[in-house]
Amino acid sequence: MRVWRADLHVHTCLSPCADLAMAPRTIIARAAARGLDAIGVADHNSAANAPAVQRAARGSGLTVFAGMEVTSREEVHILALFGALEAAFAMQEFVQRRLPGRNRPEIFGLQVLVNEEHDVLGFEPRLLAGATGWSLSEVVERVHRLGGLAFAAHADREAFGLLGHLGLLPRGLALDGLELSPNTSEAEFRRRWPECAELPLLRFSDAHSPEQIGRAATGFRLPELNLEELRKALRGAEGRGILTEAASLWKN
Amino acid sequence: MTLRALAETLGLEVLSAWDLDREVTGAYVADLLSDVLAHAAPGSLWITLQTHANVAAVAALKELSVLLANGRRPDPDMLERAREHKVTVLATGLPAFEIAGRLYAAGLRGGN
Repeated sequence: MRVWRADLHVHTCLSPCADLAMAPRTIIARAAARGLDAIGVADHNSAANAPAVQRAARGSGLTVFAGMEVTSREEVHILALFGALEAAFAMQEFVQRRLPGRNRPEIFGLQVLVNEEHDVLGFEPRLLAGATGWSLSEVVERVHRLGGLAFAAHADREAFGLLGHLGLLPRGLALDGLELSPNTSEAEFRRRWPECAELPLLRFSDAHSPEQIGRAATGFRLPELNLEELRKALRGAEGRGILTEAASLWKN
Repeated sequence: MTLRALAETLGLEVLSAWDLDREVTGAYVADLLSDVLAHAAPGSLWITLQTHANVAAVAALKELSVLLANGRRPDPDMLERAREHKVTVLATGLPAFEIAGRLYAAGLRGGN
């Protein structure tokens, strides 16, 4: 049993709002320099760059979970993470079945598909900044059916955060945890949203540029690092647990 | 009516000014970006409570001007984006229903 530091919410240059410098090897180098054991690749409504980041991580000792940040019909962001690439791509297929619109890069930003050598393979034509037609509960159910973990991203934030945007925790929404933005403390969040008492609180960076990677992270106490162990830690099962690093540790 | 005349008549604060002499005939109220993308008529004045950068991007895409209601203040990166894309941003202390009513009384209609 040891504590693994994980920043499970990192964008790549595929996200229209992310820095173009967010290419696989840059991300891995930065994550390693920050002393992370694991990252999650979570672009908006797509997992297309996740395989390249996983390949770039080979030999680095870093574990890379593939996933995405899904925008639900209610315009709430759900951070979805998977243990297998196939599951992440099955989720992408589900999300993009109902993702209307084409990107206008001059307005929303470039959506760059890359390989681990940082070659540009193309540009994603869909409007990844848009919302899928699936509801919150449909998104969370599908993540679980595919064996993944579902977190409310920056849950306290008014822009696209579950509690900040909707104002309440929808009954029956089976989330695995809530990611907090740097704008709130755990104590403040617990006071403001007592209905979330059962859910673990997590901190990840939501990095859109290299220097933001690892500015926040969560420690997972586990014997070995994989998605099923993360799930156990979130439930506090079998001596496993999480250590959410304080907001005061945020840098940048 | 022009945006400038509306701003003067209704006491709207001008936060980002690009096309104040543009004639505006319609308005649309929504806080879901996907709804605005799907339904707002180009050229409309978009009344919203949302204050993040994607508001400016959606406004640019749909050629809208933005009116923040209920005393909302734009995030700094929203104003930055608005300037980048030449989007006019106005603000009012009135709630959305109130300001929509006054705009209707001033002659504006739904765009669709």
